[in-house]
Amino acid sequence: MSSRDVVMGRIRDALTLAPPTATEVPRNYRTGRTMPDAERVELLVDRLVDYKAVVHRSTEAQLPEVLARALRDVGARRIGVPAGLNDSWLSEFDGETVVDSPTVPAPELGNLDGVVTASAVSCAETGTIFLDGRPDQGRRALTLVPDLHVCVVTVDSIEVGVPEAMARLVPERPTTLISGPSATSDIELERVEGVHGPRNLHVVIVG
Amino acid sequence: MSGVSLGLPAVPPRAPEGVGFLRGTEKFPAAARHELANAQLRRNIGKATHTIRAKRLHVTGELPDWEDLRDAGAAIKTDVMSRLPELLEQLEAAVVARGGTVHWAADANEANAIVTDLVRATGSDEVIKVKSMATQEIELNEHLEANGIHAYETDLAELIVQLGHDKPSHILVPAIHRNRSEIREIFLREMADVDPDLDDNPKHLAAAARKFLRHKFMTVPVAISGANFGVAETGTLGVVESEGNGRMCLTMPQTLITVMGIEKVIPTYRDLEVFLQLLPRSSTGERMNPYTSMWTGVTPGDGPQDFHLVLLDNGRTAALADGVGRQALNCIRCSACLNVCPVYERTGGHAYGSTYPGPIGAVLTPQLAGMDGKDDPNSTLPFASSLCGACYDACPVKIDIPSLLVELRHQKVQKSGFGAEAAAMKAASVAMSSAKLFTLAQKAAGLGRVVAGKKGKISKLPPPLSGWTDARDIPAPPAQTFRQWWDSTEGRAAIAAARKDGDR
Ligand code: SF4
Repeated sequence: MSSRDVVMGRIRDALTLAPPTATEVPRNYRTGRTMPDAERVELLVDRLVDYKAVVHRSTEAQLPEVLARALRDVGARRIGVPAGLNDSWLSEFDGETVVDSPTVPAPELGNLDGVVTASAVSCAETGTIFLDGRPDQGRRALTLVPDLHVCVVTVDSIEVGVPEAMARLVPERPTTLISGPSATSDIELERVEGVHGPRNLHVVIVG
Repeated sequence: MSGVSLGLPAVPPRAPEGVGFLRGTEKFPAAARHELANAQLRRNIGKATHTIRAKRLHVTGELPDWEDLRDAGAAIKTDVMSRLPELLEQLEAAVVARGGTVHWAADANEANAIVTDLVRATGSDEVIKVKSMATQEIELNEHLEANGIHAYETDLAELIVQLGHDKPSHILVPAIHRNRSEIREIFLREMADVDPDLDDNPKHLAAAARKFLRHKFMTVPVAISGANFGVAETGTLGVVESEGNGRMCLTMPQTLITVMGIEKVIPTYRDLEVFLQLLPRSSTGERMNPYTSMWTGVTPGDGPQDFHLVLLDNGRTAALADGVGRQALNCIRCSACLNVCPVYERTGGHAYGSTYPGPIGAVLTPQLAGMDGKDDPNSTLPFASSLCGACYDACPVKIDIPSLLVELRHQKVQKSGFGAEAAAMKAASVAMSSAKLFTLAQKAAGLGRVVAGKKGKISKLPPPLSGWTDARDIPAPPAQTFRQWWDSTEGRAAIAAARKDGDR
């Protein structure tokens, strides 16, 4: 008998010996919330700052300028981008732009000063940004190995809470939820930003 | 549905003895005694649990629908336990459809063998690991080591524990018992190429760990992880973490092997909206943990191209066969119950002798691994609690840990007996077996007030109840029965206050 049959048999035995009762899942928690743009942005910014992320505001027209300034201010000269990033976003950046592809060995990403990507959706209440590997966000290694991640969040992609944000995801896509830069509290519970993931997270909110 | 008939239903076996970390070497009272003597440990743990406790209360208080989320979480998990066969089949099919391979492991030995074979097949003699309770439970690292494969723990706390040749003492912060100067010493002693001038600033210690592990992340071709959730509907696996070591392990290697307890399956992707609110807030007291990774099978051009999911029983079906005790399988390993437990706070995690310490460990460990033998160290675990109720109130999925502890005590006493206490328990169980008798007995016990006199305490009872009073004074029974009191406004208020108190 296969182990699968053994385990399945045990589960069925267990449920025969102690039959369960049917359970209804009450979903009285908050879902489908909306909030005016300004309030959603304010809430998200408050959470991001709390997590030690650096937040920039921009209009759509100013975005190339804001990105170029943010990169210059931290001295980033060599920037990785996913293949599907809007070309115009880095039109004002005067450093080197490297377009990522699956054939680039991941360790080489460590030679980049940083990476600029879009994002799929954000959750204001928890300060969480969701990346789902679409062409403007790239593969997971791209936003993980470099020490700086500059992430562009459009106002219309910000949702109020976790249920609202999750509802906009495509489950099968590899999804990364980011709430601030990498952090640990393993040593005497003192929070230290930056362990293995990017130590610096900049978020540009557009719109 | 597999149509294999196994004949009459039998109680499923517990986790095998002699393998894994579900049994300590001595009973809780003995272990607790020498852990209690370690003042440094007690200070570290006390400070840590109080800090997390305060943070948790702050962020759970922020959500007006916290209780609704708890109700939903509890119901989803209860529903999972009743529908395990279909959900696991669904999960398996979804993972396979996305290019993953699913393995089934009846116990720790089988899981260890499966993982070892999978690693061997890659030709690597090194693996990187994300912190995982399941692999800790089955003693995977040690098994791999014995087979010539070195496992690198990549979570900072697990790394501290591993380099310190130590055992984890907390579900969430396994090195909670170590302070910064101890950690510095461990790093200086055990890390190759560490800067000899390294001081004990947590920032610098974290940087040293980053440097130490970066090379491994870039070069080791196999990773092993656990999973916080496995979604039956979509085949999506999820790992919740902070440092990015999880993302590294789940993204960089060619092969990913995930070991997941069968109870971690959840029905739908939507259910994640509940647990992604409950878990971080209960666990680290954050609104959301820094990183969560979710993946479904294999994605061409992104992350590991070879994915294996090992579904682990190891005593879980034995717990499932207990209609009362199965509640313990609802645990999402947030560790909130540890942080509010007065017993855990004083003894630390090591005293429980298991991968799962604290209140939930005291329930889960005997259920997974058994506690029947008289000398079994696990036999004392259900007694390692003051039954104050704080754990119940803290638990995001509303596991009634105090009642489960009482149930296990009852089972233990019925099976093997604890001398005089067993006789007392037996007498009590006759009364407790019928609601009517119980109420009658309580009314009769009201007479105890007369015996107790002014002190309000009964110091001596006739046998068999002397088994209890020999060791402790019991308060005189109240004028009301427990039920009368429970139904009164005063009773309700007192319970609520006691729960609040336990939270402090
Ligand atoms: S029993 Fe509840 S509180 Fe304790 S670790 Fe499990 S989920 Fe958390």
